[in-house]
Amino acid sequence: MHEQLVHNLKVVYARLWVRVKGEFREPEWIAADLVIPLLTLSAYVYLYKMLNAPSEFTGFVIIGGTMIAFWANVLWNMSAQFYWEKETGTLEIYLVAPISRMAILLGMALGGIVNTTLRAVVILVAGTFIFQAPLVINEPLTALLMFFLTITALYALGMLFASLFMLYGREAWHTASLLQEPVYFLSGSYFPTNSLPFFVQLLASFIPLTFGLDGIRRVIVQGEGIANIWLNLVALVIFIVVLFPLAKFALNYMENLGKKEGRLTLRWQ
Amino acid sequence: MWFKLQYCIETKDLVRIFKSKDQTVKALDNVSVSIGEGEIFGLLGPNGAGKTTFIKILTTLLLPTSGEAHVGGFNVAKESNKVRKIISLVSGGETPGYGILSVSENLWFFSQLYGLSSSTAKEEIKRLMTDLNFEEYAKTRMSRLSTGYKQRLNLARGLLNNPKILFLDEPTLGLDVLTSKKMRGYIVDWAKKERKGTVLLTTHYMAEADEMCDRVAIIDRGRILACDSPLTLKEKLKENVIMRVEVSSVQADFSFMEKMTGVIGFSQTRSIQTDTTTLKVMVRDESIFSKVLAKLEEQKLKILSINKAEPTLEDVYISLVGRGFEEEAGS
Repeated sequence: MHEQLVHNLKVVYARLWVRVKGEFREPEWIAADLVIPLLTLSAYVYLYKMLNAPSEFTGFVIIGGTMIAFWANVLWNMSAQFYWEKETGTLEIYLVAPISRMAILLGMALGGIVNTTLRAVVILVAGTFIFQAPLVINEPLTALLMFFLTITALYALGMLFASLFMLYGREAWHTASLLQEPVYFLSGSYFPTNSLPFFVQLLASFIPLTFGLDGIRRVIVQGEGIANIWLNLVALVIFIVVLFPLAKFALNYMENLGKKEGRLTLRWQ
Repeated sequence: MWFKLQYCIETKDLVRIFKSKDQTVKALDNVSVSIGEGEIFGLLGPNGAGKTTFIKILTTLLLPTSGEAHVGGFNVAKESNKVRKIISLVSGGETPGYGILSVSENLWFFSQLYGLSSSTAKEEIKRLMTDLNFEEYAKTRMSRLSTGYKQRLNLARGLLNNPKILFLDEPTLGLDVLTSKKMRGYIVDWAKKERKGTVLLTTHYMAEADEMCDRVAIIDRGRILACDSPLTLKEKLKENVIMRVEVSSVQADFSFMEKMTGVIGFSQTRSIQTDTTTLKVMVRDESIFSKVLAKLEEQKLKILSINKAEPTLEDVYISLVGRGFEEEAGS
């Protein structure tokens, strides 16, 4: 048991290492990852300025732009990764090795968090500096806790989706796009969700990013404390407690289904 | 318990059926084989014969529809994690890792999948790169390697965990003659001298099976047609006559031979460059072959050369199926 745990931790570290090493080997990737989100973010900031919206909207947009980088990372660099691994043949190597599939995903997730956090910090600092966003942080520990729980819940959701991508063929690309844009919209990345109709808000409440973004904004932009955002924290903990075991179950289920149907290593469908 | 412990790999009545909307394919049809410890066992057959399906079941990537398979004494369907600890799989023509990482970085990463300590991993990586003669590429990105070196990397990855049983699926696919020969030699040395491990090799290259394997099973359309040492399989053909005929056409129809009494089988290799077809015809005796020649002349074909050939594993396949590998691939 202990031996197996140590083995899987080595796998987590190794996969994390691959992700970080790979990312920093191509400087142009980093440049693109930093510049493109800043452009989108700028468009929203200038739109709100043109409409004479309160200055806190700038901070609102910057936090949104920073956090959606994590969702994009979860989707493209973790969930959909199993599809790419299948196409290139590495999934087969993972499946033949005596390791937990969760360890591989955790390694991808942690590597993704390292890379995206660096990017997010640059976007946050640059956005705040360029647009003079008024940030009011009264409880930095609450902000950190909120951030940690949001990221954990997001990656747990990503692991659940990874089980689907394991069996996907060429439809994987469309599915990832389908999951990306609605989440940007529903979670209120660039606008307040309370302006949405009730049933859309209800739908948005099934996305961890909605609670995370709302909580982080209230702590960082509006200077609120744990007393006001505890419901967001509880919601995120529930997401984590439900999503992790569900992801583990789904991975085992989909792997077995793939082995039965012969779709696990079937490529270029 | 039907399987015997002295066998490293044993399958009984293994069936695998693939179903899709349009068709149902029986990829494996009651396959029963027993492979002993330290044996290099070859599965020889044309594309689509069921070789890869068989290896995927044994390496826990696919479940059988029915029947049982044991690897190292463990049931592949029920004890897959125990099987994974003692095996390794190397497939030909695969990308052996992440293109953005160097050769040594890729190997280090894969060593971690088997829980090797960093010091052991480094030693093993160095040794394997030296043994497989590509240590000068240690710092080269995998994406920049040639096909031959990629396959060396793939083999090195497969040997990192010092597996008890090594599965090789078309390991020399797409490699040049020299690299293939070196790789074959290395695998035989690894299995016979160094590790004394068991190797299950699938291939559609006759020479590869002939050169490397202690025993060969010939598989066609999911069924094992014969299983013995290459020598014994070829010995069984000694009573027949095998002739190689080169004719000056790539379009001629040779299907008349299928109906001729005494013709056991034939294969044809067409060369568009030289506008010739080389026929390999297996007959019961030479008088039958004279009738074949007469038929060819009837078709106004120019016969460029005629040779008597020694039996090969391809001839064993022809004697069992009545056609060569080429025809199967093209059908």
